Amino acid sequence: MSARRIWGVFLRQLYLYRRSLTRLLDVFYWPTVDLLLWGFITLYLEQVGQRMPHYVSFFLGGLILWNILLRAQQGLSVSFLEDVWARNLVNLFVSPLSVGEYLAGLLLVSIFKVVSALLLMSVLAAVFFGFKIFLLGVWLIPMVLNLCALGWAIGLVTMAAILRFGQEAEILAWALAFLFLPVSAVFYPVSVLPPWLRAVADFVPSAHVFEGMRAILLKGEADLSFLLKATGLNLAYLSGSYLLFRRIYREALRRGTIPKIGE
Amino acid sequence: MEEVLCVEGLHKSFDGLVALSEVSFGLRAGEILGVVGPNGAGKTTLINCLLGLVTPSRGRIVYFGRDLFEERTEVLKQVNFASNYVSLPLSLTLRENLRVYAHLYEVSSPEERIREVLELFGLWERRDEPTRRLSSGQMMRLCLAKALLNRPRVLLLDEPTAGLDPEVAHRTRDLLRRLRRSWKLSVLITSHNLHEIEEISDRILILEAGRVRALGEVSELLKSFHVEDLEELYFRLVS
Repeated sequence: MSARRIWGVFLRQLYLYRRSLTRLLDVFYWPTVDLLLWGFITLYLEQVGQRMPHYVSFFLGGLILWNILLRAQQGLSVSFLEDVWARNLVNLFVSPLSVGEYLAGLLLVSIFKVVSALLLMSVLAAVFFGFKIFLLGVWLIPMVLNLCALGWAIGLVTMAAILRFGQEAEILAWALAFLFLPVSAVFYPVSVLPPWLRAVADFVPSAHVFEGMRAILLKGEADLSFLLKATGLNLAYLSGSYLLFRRIYREALRRGTIPKIGE
Repeated sequence: MEEVLCVEGLHKSFDGLVALSEVSFGLRAGEILGVVGPNGAGKTTLINCLLGLVTPSRGRIVYFGRDLFEERTEVLKQVNFASNYVSLPLSLTLRENLRVYAHLYEVSSPEERIREVLELFGLWERRDEPTRRLSSGQMMRLCLAKALLNRPRVLLLDEPTAGLDPEVAHRTRDLLRRLRRSWKLSVLITSHNLHEIEEISDRILILEAGRVRALGEVSELLKSFHVEDLEELYFRLVS
């Protein structure tokens, strides 16, 4: 064993981290998300103690709906990455395909992933745990649409980052959505969060969706306001992320970076 | 002779670094135009501009009388491209890959056309194999098959024979010459292989530091610069 050679291996990895913000984020990001998420879950469990009603429904409902957001986002950003990894992006962008058509195609992929995941998880939850997500009734439709909209907005931002920074930014395809997890109140109500994070959650569409889900599971009905807030925010975020993507795309054409992505 | 592509005063700089400077030329119907130049001369930037992948700082690119940036979709339906540096998804079969592009280019009778181009490059027997099983030379042939799928009027090729063995490279050049005659296909081809360019091209454009140093038929250029062959001309102009 040579200590110097071992140091060489260590150094090779260290150089990567020195120049890569996304790799550094990877080191600090996941522990932070995990700590916050599980911290707030345990805080919630401690608060409600034995009095917690419908906890299986809360957790499974949260998990299934959260997966919808994830699949919607990855349906865009990971599909885009598939073309980057395959060095196929240039072939696509020199074809008559317009950016709008490309995005519409990826949206179809995203919808396919969402529907598949929703059906599979619903069946598994019903068979193994007796939980029926369709108990949410017609509310399920606007909830799913809102979660998809947020997923697409995050997906577009991720794609814009990959166009701007290259493959370096691909980690965002897995990480960015999780930034919203602690403030989305997926597994605990917003009231568990400290006041400043509650203020942040107010601007997170998924937090309103999950609050609505819990209200329906608990009382059998929900206040329409949760849906209106989520929809309003999503419209703003989706338009903003689309404009951002278009702007970065035009910038990529000006800077000539598209052929270099994935090299 | 009818020009299918007209480039006027093309200029491109990246953060102050000039990649193309006042490049003007035309590509005639049924012509093969070879573009040569040292690394960094601007060949790839030129092709990327011609494909709409890079927005020029100024200048115009007009195909078939239509401005590329104003009528992108209509223009690109009649253009195609292959490069040694661009690939196709490896997990798809050859036929699946071509089916995708047949949709993107709205090719009529796609299955017949796929068969035609795969047979042209000797890949029909392997149509249902995953693309990852192809060697680099076969992959280039598949990319060329993709590039001919829409029966383009203009074909842009960036070092297409770089990964091919001499025999396949020779057959590819032969094929391009045949297509030029039978389809009146116009080809703009870049290569570092001067002999190949001299052999295949009707005219040659020599780029250096983003500027056109020479443009014309090989015999004319050799005569006007008093040199024996393209290699001599190249070294005289670019060194």
